[in-house]
Amino acid sequence: MTRNESPMSEHIVTAFTDELEHLSANLLRMGGLAEAMINDVSRAVMTYDLELARQVIKRDESIDELEAEAEKAIIRLIALRHPMAADLRAVLGAMKLAGDIERIGDLCKNIGKRCLELTGDENRAALKGIERMARAVSHQLQTALDAYLRQDVEASIKVLELDDDIDDHYTSFFRETLTYMMEDPRQIGSNTHLIFMAKNLERVGDHATNIAKAVYYMVTGETATGDHVEDRLKRTGGTS
Amino acid sequence: MDGNVEDFTETTTPRQAENMAEMIKVDCRNIDVFYDDKQAIFDVSLPIQDRAVTSLIGPSGCGKSTFLRCINRMNDTIEIAKVRGKIYMDGADINDHSIDPVLLRSRVGMVFQKPNPFPKSIYDNIAYGPRIHGLAAGKHELDGIVESALIKAGLWDEVKDRLTAPGTSLSGGQQQRLCIARAIAVSPEVILMDEPCSALDPIATARIEELIDELRERYCIVIVTHSMQQAARVSQRTAFFHLGKLVEYGDTERIFTNPEDSRTQDYITGRFG
Amino acid sequence: MSSPAPPNASPQGSFITEEALKRLKTRHAAERRFKLYGQVAIGIAVVALVTLLISIFGQASSAFSRHVLTFDTTLEAAQVDPSGTRDPGAIERNVSGFNLLLQDELAAQFLPEDADRNLQRELYGMFTRLAVLPIARETADRPETVGTRQSFSVALADDIDLYLKGGVSNRTQVKLGAITPVSGSLEDTVVVEFGRDTAGADIANAIERFRAQGAGDNEPTALIQMGQTWFRATDITDTTASLAYVAGARTMPGADTQGAALVLEQGQENRTVTDRQLAWTMLLKDQGRIKSVLNTSLFTNSDSTYPELAGTAAAIVGSLLTMMVTALLAIPVGIFAAVYLEEFAPKNRMTDLIEVNINNLAAVPSIVFGLLGAAVFINFMGLPRSVPLVGGLVLGLLVLPTVIIASRAALKSVPPSIRDAALGVGASKTQSVFHHVLPLAAPGILTGAIIGMARAIGETAPLLLIGMVAFVAEVPDSPTDESTVLPVLIYKWSTGAERAWEPQTAAAIIVLLVFLVLMNLFAIILRRRFERRW
Repeated sequence: MTRNESPMSEHIVTAFTDELEHLSANLLRMGGLAEAMINDVSRAVMTYDLELARQVIKRDESIDELEAEAEKAIIRLIALRHPMAADLRAVLGAMKLAGDIERIGDLCKNIGKRCLELTGDENRAALKGIERMARAVSHQLQTALDAYLRQDVEASIKVLELDDDIDDHYTSFFRETLTYMMEDPRQIGSNTHLIFMAKNLERVGDHATNIAKAVYYMVTGETATGDHVEDRLKRTGGTS
Repeated sequence: MDGNVEDFTETTTPRQAENMAEMIKVDCRNIDVFYDDKQAIFDVSLPIQDRAVTSLIGPSGCGKSTFLRCINRMNDTIEIAKVRGKIYMDGADINDHSIDPVLLRSRVGMVFQKPNPFPKSIYDNIAYGPRIHGLAAGKHELDGIVESALIKAGLWDEVKDRLTAPGTSLSGGQQQRLCIARAIAVSPEVILMDEPCSALDPIATARIEELIDELRERYCIVIVTHSMQQAARVSQRTAFFHLGKLVEYGDTERIFTNPEDSRTQDYITGRFG
Repeated sequence: MSSPAPPNASPQGSFITEEALKRLKTRHAAERRFKLYGQVAIGIAVVALVTLLISIFGQASSAFSRHVLTFDTTLEAAQVDPSGTRDPGAIERNVSGFNLLLQDELAAQFLPEDADRNLQRELYGMFTRLAVLPIARETADRPETVGTRQSFSVALADDIDLYLKGGVSNRTQVKLGAITPVSGSLEDTVVVEFGRDTAGADIANAIERFRAQGAGDNEPTALIQMGQTWFRATDITDTTASLAYVAGARTMPGADTQGAALVLEQGQENRTVTDRQLAWTMLLKDQGRIKSVLNTSLFTNSDSTYPELAGTAAAIVGSLLTMMVTALLAIPVGIFAAVYLEEFAPKNRMTDLIEVNINNLAAVPSIVFGLLGAAVFINFMGLPRSVPLVGGLVLGLLVLPTVIIASRAALKSVPPSIRDAALGVGASKTQSVFHHVLPLAAPGILTGAIIGMARAIGETAPLLLIGMVAFVAEVPDSPTDESTVLPVLIYKWSTGAERAWEPQTAAAIIVLLVFLVLMNLFAIILRRRFERRW
């Protein structure tokens, strides 16, 4: 069981290592972009900065481009290098990651579009809820990407735990906003947008969880189901 | 074990059709092999399943071929080779004095790295084994054995019109299938293959692999290969050898997606060195 | 790639520089030089071989034909079969009776009634006593021919034969045209006049030429034929000559008889053929009774003290018998030893020692094997001397190491994959060797064995020591009969004093060479037949 802790030596074919590294750098860049999109879109919503919102919408394109690039690189790796074992898992994980990050980009874009529909005089309390959620989701995504960068199982398990918080956040935000809408039927229109935004953020959280699960599989070779994770935590003496 | 020696010498053993998947055909325990004073295999224990393909992989000189040759006692022919440890086939110790290696080899066929048909006709190549073991009562029966061996080896349609042509006139892939047919003709229970495709082109290799997959239903097959893809494609179980030691042994699927040992990992991902 | 070409680049491209071209030139020169060395080496070998063959065939050519005299005679019972029993054995042994028939026939033709013994001996010396042996045998085979008239041919003596083949003495023929006797008688001197002005001068010139070539006291002779009579010229002027009678018709030739001169380099004192014998031979030849025939006796006769009767039959059979014994000893023993050493023997100090010794044994001089054979087979085991059995055993021991080494090399060249294949299907070690390895090695082994045999057939030295140099006139029937072999026969013939042995020796060498070529051919055919690819 020393495998995961010891760093991997280089491939005999150095181009293989280079390509794998290039792929993961690409994914991290995508992740960074997505993270920034979450932060920016939440700021745009908070400050009713329509210009920023438009920018975020535009930025989705570059994520899409990066995803296409990553997909190409993955196909190339599978076709030419025949990755095996850890490499195979790394490549498949990268494919999942690319998909998830691309989806995150889409969701941020959607939030940006809804931002353009807002009127600028929304309930502050509701907006605060969005911001809180955005922060939590951003943190979760950052942790997941960190876990990917460091191939850290512990971190990926933490991401899974964080997801529960976000779900809680969303449920309470939903209830809260519903109350506001009942109190003031004029807010129904804009608050519905806010609910969808929150839903989108919750979905971003799910994708971050997926990333964490992919990292977990990449590193351990096992699917991150409850039993496995618990086993693993027990073995490493971590807390559940 | 003495009681089983008699069973071993019988030519046919009744086989149960059920529960075959988990049945161990050849059980190797604590095998050491020495060449003079140099130890080539260190304490290898490897239970080999019946009706399955077990592949032995590892870098050159890791002892996988040496280990393979223990199973039909081909190492006996090398003077300086000494084998220690027990190998049980259907419960009988094959290194027991009462077991003649000649008889053992009629039950454990072998296919070699380079196709090595005898420089005789295709027919004689296959008929040779049954002849020396007296498996056929007459010409007619021998013809039947030859035909069925060629059919099983997937070569019948290609050579049925020229059985008297020399075996060496066939193409490399056909020659190797001829060698497999020759091994099958003495109705063995175990077939050992020592890098059977290393001298063949990809198409011929694919044919042999397809053949191995078909043969799996009837025989216990052990194959040594340098190509990890091949091991992944044809075998159900994979054993990884390194420096004469068995590093890891398990289901092929697991070995190639999630090996436990870092040496296995490094080897199959191409990181050795 | 797109960088501009250097200024001194040749049109072929930037990588062909002055320097590279120079290097290339020296390299090509070295290659040509080496090729030339090889061709010169091959050339030397070919020239040597061709010279050898030409000289042997040149010398031997005269031995493959010989001259015979045909004569008709009545096989008088009184002479041929004095006992009157028609017993073939007795007839065959009665060589002198047949000789008398031949001598009478010749005497009747050439000798006067009162011929003295010297003259008789001179005439009968044209044939050796045993020349009539074939006639005796023929008659013995068909006793019913006794008393009838038969036609036979007998071999001329070796010197006469040699003369007819252009040997004995250098000679020139001079056509003289019409000659007219002027005075004198056959008993004394005949003076003749040449019809042609320069005839006398031609003879004198020829004599002068030979005298100039010849050494010391050699006095050329001019023999002159006029019709059926032969003379010796004693004094010659341009248009006249004094002649002494030599042989032939004892009548004075008529006027204007066509004549010819035969000028010989040596006088008869320095020749093995006398003037008279020469004249008789020429007369017989003019009658068409002397013919050149294929010398079959070279193959059918046994050794003889007379070169014209000596043949190689006994030696060929002796060689064959010896080779048979050699093959029976060396091939099976050699093959089994090789198979054991190569396939079965453990590799240890003992087998290493054996291997080294076998290799050394192959280099031991052959005469040592002769000593061994003499000591062990003849002195210790008491086998008879001069027999093919002992010779074959000695030669067998001699070639045994060669056969073992060649067989081992052949066995080694069989790929181990074939052994693996055989063992893999459950063949035992012995089965794998005898079913697969040995058949594959067979062409190599057989070639080695035949090369060994070829060495044995040319071996002389060891056979001299076991007495196979004995004179053997009978064709041996079994390996325990006294016999000789071809190389020993060649050695013996080459030491013969008479000139006629020379072509005979060369002919025997050719017979031996033919044997060797046949054996090598056999080896090649075996190789072709059995060689298989794997």
